[in-house]
Amino acid sequence: MHIESVSRRPALFAAQARADASIVTLRFEDQPIRVPAGISVAAALLLHAAAPFRTTPVGAAPRAPYCMMGVCFECLVEIDGRPNRQACLTPVRDGMVIRRQHGASSLPLSRQEEEHGR
Amino acid sequence: MDADAFDLAIVGAGPAGLSAAIEARAWGLSVALLDEQAAPGGQIYRGVDAASAEARSVLGEDYSAGMELTREFRDSGARHIAGAAVWNVGSDLRIDYLAQGSSHALQARAIVLACGAMERPFPIPGWTLPGVMGAGAAQILYKNAAALPNGPAVLAGCGPLLYLLANQYLQAGVALKAVIDTTRRFDYLRAARHLPGALLGWPDLRKGMRMIANLRRRRVPVYAGAQALAIQGGDHAESIGFIHRGRRLRVDSALILLHQGVVPNTQFSWALRARHRWDESQLCWVPETDEHGQIENTGIYIAGDGRGIVGAKASASQGRLAALAVAAKLGRATPQACRAREQVVRAGLRRQLRIRPLLDALYRPADAHRVPQDDAVVVCRCEEVTAGQVRQYAALGCLGPNQAKTFGRCGMGPCQGRLCGLTVTELIAQARGVPAAEVGYYRIRPPIKPVTLGELAEEN
Repeated sequence: MHIESVSRRPALFAAQARADASIVTLRFEDQPIRVPAGISVAAALLLHAAAPFRTTPVGAAPRAPYCMMGVCFECLVEIDGRPNRQACLTPVRDGMVIRRQHGASSLPLSRQEEEHGR
Repeated sequence: MDADAFDLAIVGAGPAGLSAAIEARAWGLSVALLDEQAAPGGQIYRGVDAASAEARSVLGEDYSAGMELTREFRDSGARHIAGAAVWNVGSDLRIDYLAQGSSHALQARAIVLACGAMERPFPIPGWTLPGVMGAGAAQILYKNAAALPNGPAVLAGCGPLLYLLANQYLQAGVALKAVIDTTRRFDYLRAARHLPGALLGWPDLRKGMRMIANLRRRRVPVYAGAQALAIQGGDHAESIGFIHRGRRLRVDSALILLHQGVVPNTQFSWALRARHRWDESQLCWVPETDEHGQIENTGIYIAGDGRGIVGAKASASQGRLAALAVAAKLGRATPQACRAREQVVRAGLRRQLRIRPLLDALYRPADAHRVPQDDAVVVCRCEEVTAGQVRQYAALGCLGPNQAKTFGRCGMGPCQGRLCGLTVTELIAQARGVPAAEVGYYRIRPPIKPVTLGELAEEN
């Protein structure tokens, strides 16, 4: 399968071709990406060189999936407008809209509340 | 609110959970099995029913053996609640879970927690960089998406899964740039006394030896006895450095797969306030249970790796034993019938456990790779708390992991301490000069999975 890259870095993973796989189209950071049905969002993004998936709330450090099984929470992304989705536990669905998550997910907090949370 | 009711509710669809369901159904219990994934199998048999013939040949017969288990489970008549994230297990035997965007509840007369294991954290410099993942994580990528490294891969650490993945990659045609093996000579010496016991589990031992020999035969660069692993990179992994035979070496790679064994997933047992002990041979917390896996007369049982690492086959046996105990407790099996069946399962379990002491001794992760001496190493990935900061907390009087939260939010991020708990336990114990058992662990509270207010409001 041809993989269009969404960053300058080559993808770390490539999928073995499967004749019987149906394809779904997602939008990641406003770019369409085509992936086999049935895989996780995290796998889909890794096949398209999407790292980093997010930056951390504390130090704005870049992060990408570490565990792929729902325990590390490094793969948090925004899916269909909802922040903090675990990409490794979410199966891909045609038309899904995915965005990177920068820092803390945005909630309408006052400056005072923001500071208190740090 | 009324909740669906079952004799037995099981959390987790790996070998322990599936076997518990099959056994319980055989005794006529009504069974619900909840699991986060869409298909049964857990992590070890993940995607086994949908796997292509090619994937099955790469992953090997131990993986394909899972198909028999998933088929038996499907035929058992247990209700499979797939795509369910359990966020609370109550001592009232009620389970709350998320599925399809809302929270649901079910009531059981007994519960088996079969939540398995996770890869042990590998806190070394650079382990938070994109491009660094667990070897188990990479294996999941293959099981879930037939995804293989796009270039030569570097595997580093120790333990059966590391060698297994290396062999699977060779089988799939992936080039291995290096296998950086942290098993040292004295690990072999320490393990040697367990050899006679392990020889009784000869097939397992032979399988492991073949995997390691195969790497040499295929001329994979293996750096044995490597120490002081550290990953370099700016916003992405670029290389891994280590000391090999006294020399500092570096291997360039944008993909570095780390592994140093697996540890029990204890989130629910901690949340239930079960007593845990620090296991010195497996270097992790394990819940205290009776011989059937029950937490102190609660009706809640733990089976499989969540009760201490035992491997897939022994996990399946423990699942059956827990289900048997529940069948007896609910009066569905006569004590005699139960005892007869239990004897058969226990004989199998003893065989399956023979190699475990050898594995625990041989693949005991190095102190320096569990308790970072470099102050700058991030320990709590979520809140970016370093080893140096945790040592500082201890110097200021912090007694254990739970207090470390108030000192600097350590363990309070979205992973709820899963990726730092063991490290922080050992760090504080070392800093205070007391045994790990004395410093305790984080106080884990539900929700165990993130729940939105919207999902709670939608509860039905």
